[in-house]
Amino acid sequence: MEFSQIKKVLDIRCSGLFEAEIDRHTIRVLPENWLTVAKVLKADADLTFDSLMCLSGFDLGDSDMLGIACHFYSMDKGHMLEVIIETPKKNPTIPSIANIWRTADWHEREVYDLYGIIFEGHPDLKRILLPDDWEGHPLRKDYVQAETYHGITIKKDKTYWE
Amino acid sequence: MNTKTHIDQSLIKTDEMVLNMGPQHPSTHGVLRLKIHTDGEIVRKIEPIIGYLHRCFEKHCENLGYEQIVPFTDRCDYIASMHMNHGYALALERLMGIELPPRVEYIRVIVGELQRIASHLVALGTFGLDIGAITPFTWMIRDRERVLDLFEYLCGARLLYNYIWVGGVSHDLPEKFIRRTKEFLDYFTPQIDEFDQLLTFNKIFIERTADVGILPPDVAVNYGVTGPSLRGSGVNWDLRKNDSYSVYPDLEFDIPVGTGQMGSVGDCWDRYYVRMLEIRESIRIINQALKAIPAGDVHAAIPKKVRPPKGSVYSRFETARGELGYYIISDGKNIPVRLKMRSPAFCNLSVISEIAEGWMISDIIAILGSLDIVLGEIDR
Amino acid sequence: MSEIWTSTMEIFTSYGSMISLAGVAIFGVMAVNALVAVYFERKVSAFMQDRLGPMEVGIFGFTGGKNFWGGIGQTIADALKLLTKEDILPDSADKKLMILAPFIIFIGAFVTFIGVPFSSVLLVSHFNIGIFYIIAMSSVGVVGIILAGWASNNKWSLYGSLRSAAQIISYEIPAGLSLILVVVVAGSLNIHQIVEWQADHRWFIFHSPMTVLAFFIYFISGVAETNRTPFDIPEAESELVAGWMTEYSGFRWALFFLSEYANMLIISILASVVFLGGWLSPMELFSVFPDSWLILDGVWWGAFWILIKAIILIFIMMWFRWTFPRLRVDQLMHLCWKILIPFALVNLVLVCIWELV
Repeated sequence: MEFSQIKKVLDIRCSGLFEAEIDRHTIRVLPENWLTVAKVLKADADLTFDSLMCLSGFDLGDSDMLGIACHFYSMDKGHMLEVIIETPKKNPTIPSIANIWRTADWHEREVYDLYGIIFEGHPDLKRILLPDDWEGHPLRKDYVQAETYHGITIKKDKTYWE
Repeated sequence: MNTKTHIDQSLIKTDEMVLNMGPQHPSTHGVLRLKIHTDGEIVRKIEPIIGYLHRCFEKHCENLGYEQIVPFTDRCDYIASMHMNHGYALALERLMGIELPPRVEYIRVIVGELQRIASHLVALGTFGLDIGAITPFTWMIRDRERVLDLFEYLCGARLLYNYIWVGGVSHDLPEKFIRRTKEFLDYFTPQIDEFDQLLTFNKIFIERTADVGILPPDVAVNYGVTGPSLRGSGVNWDLRKNDSYSVYPDLEFDIPVGTGQMGSVGDCWDRYYVRMLEIRESIRIINQALKAIPAGDVHAAIPKKVRPPKGSVYSRFETARGELGYYIISDGKNIPVRLKMRSPAFCNLSVISEIAEGWMISDIIAILGSLDIVLGEIDR
Repeated sequence: MSEIWTSTMEIFTSYGSMISLAGVAIFGVMAVNALVAVYFERKVSAFMQDRLGPMEVGIFGFTGGKNFWGGIGQTIADALKLLTKEDILPDSADKKLMILAPFIIFIGAFVTFIGVPFSSVLLVSHFNIGIFYIIAMSSVGVVGIILAGWASNNKWSLYGSLRSAAQIISYEIPAGLSLILVVVVAGSLNIHQIVEWQADHRWFIFHSPMTVLAFFIYFISGVAETNRTPFDIPEAESELVAGWMTEYSGFRWALFFLSEYANMLIISILASVVFLGGWLSPMELFSVFPDSWLILDGVWWGAFWILIKAIILIFIMMWFRWTFPRLRVDQLMHLCWKILIPFALVNLVLVCIWELV
């Protein structure tokens, strides 16, 4: 199905809950509407997005919003969709879709680890790539490295280079 | 003989032992930590803990130019570096709309399929090693050496190539490369039959792996499993056919799918056998590509400055382990705003907590080996 | 008084010297066997895996040579290295038991050698219950294995030693049943009488189809007894690092290996004595050159024949190790209890019927 057809189906099933960007083939959803739209995407007989390909966080750096981009694919219908959800940096929370697509479990943990977005309803939200006691969320554009970690200096020691 | 040990956990109340297959262990294929709650020999719960090889790949990419990122992608999945390079180049070429000369496409296909053979040889060899068969491992590594010799002749490196650049490849094929590749394929094709005789149809191997770690296809799709692990569960899904890119539409090859020949569909033996058959299919592809490769200039389409237009792209590529995805957000500068690499082994590994309950510790090793993970691309 | 004193001293010194001579001889045999068997295994495994094996270390100035003899001094170098290694005893391990365990395993193998013949006269003690003694003494090692795994204070070692104990105890039964079959036919537990029976009739393996099956069952159980692949789950390298031996280093580890190869030798010699004619020459069997010196019989030729047969069986054990993957624990137990033991029992009954008929 083309993007315009997908948009038509979504207009019928969950009108008003999303915004479509037609030139980029994406839809934008507010965090409070996300779970409803996600359930429609999975369950609707015309859409059947049964595979979540990728869930990535992003920080464009020029506004005070963090966001996630989800890429869905339907294995039997063969169409693709990108969904963008943005949330303010001060208190970032997004409902979790880990119980709908199990792929999201570890991807959401990674986004929490590197961006600090809290996913409500996630079965086990804890850091995945960094150590459990790391401070800060590194992939944010305003991330400042700590000086030491357990007594080890983090910054590269260039005293013998120059 | 029925030696399956799936038992109902609620009937037995005994003390639980928490075992740690720590980051350093002979058969966790890298620095992976598995926390296993066992009841005697039977596993109740398994929790993989990753992050020991995290090298901040994505943060580095936000400070590097697009061409400079290519060597970094090599180091993510070091067993199949050509595929990592190729996936990245494909993403940027889609974003920038670059049209490639056909010689470049054919070179990329030949090199990619040779890399697939090498990667599968490592996967199968280490799988046999985990089960206890030591000799097939040495034979497979010996044959992989010849592939690495071909790559060294081509671009100077044995493992981390930095070969497939945005818009082309770094070196053209040297003069004897095609002849040496043909010699290698002539030598290698009967070797696969030897491997089959020694390991694939060995009764003890079948007993260790058939009917063990069954992955149902809907669970696999839900967890995002792709690649030979998904095909072993009977799902006919390969991005080279379903999402065709490069010159794969012009080449003739089949997609091997697990059929439950020795046990059930989706057990460890099926995933192993799918990889064996894929090696044969790769040989077919390389033979066709060697015949059809045209002449041309491989550096013709390489842009002077890689400056993609504003926008984003998500492109997927079929590596030896599954679907590799690159999500790149660009704002017109020569460094990316965000580069996310969706690695296939990341999703493949997450399924182990679902399918590993109720089996014995030896079976956990078999299941982990059959999923074929590389920690470099999981942790990035 | 002084006569009693001198006579007891005489007995003591004569027995004492005999015992110590025998002890030194057995230890010498075990050490030489370990050296030769380890080198042989490394070379055999290397050739099967399409590589060369140890090639560098020569002996007494002899280096190089053809591919097989290149690294002949390797095991001696390894033995010297192991002797000079640091003796690590983990802090939270049970030190006394950890020190005791390798010696128990070693003693098990050592004591078994008392009844094992190398020829019709080259043996330490002429037991009337030879076979029974050997089977009984070779089970002593299990205690050492359990102690080693427990004392290491390491969950993985514990797993390995418990698996090993279950395996060794279970596989004693089919091994014993196959040997009883031979005892029933020959009519005696005495090793000399068994070999004489074979000299009078024919080698046991050709006696009836049942004894062929008994030979296979005995050999497979023997491979399982010594924890070799495909039954090497206790020391499964890829799962448990080195199983119950993980925490050991240096000389104690060398003792484990010494006893493993000694066990292999015991099993092979016993199989060749009981089933393959022991120190009898094959020329005699096939009636080649009857009644001439070419029959190659006699005390030293007897030792030669026994060793050749044992070496062929050891080679087959090594061949198994590098060809087969390993069985899982429950498959191992299933093989023993549900396949080998019923076959061995039925075999025994059939042989009794054969004898009557």
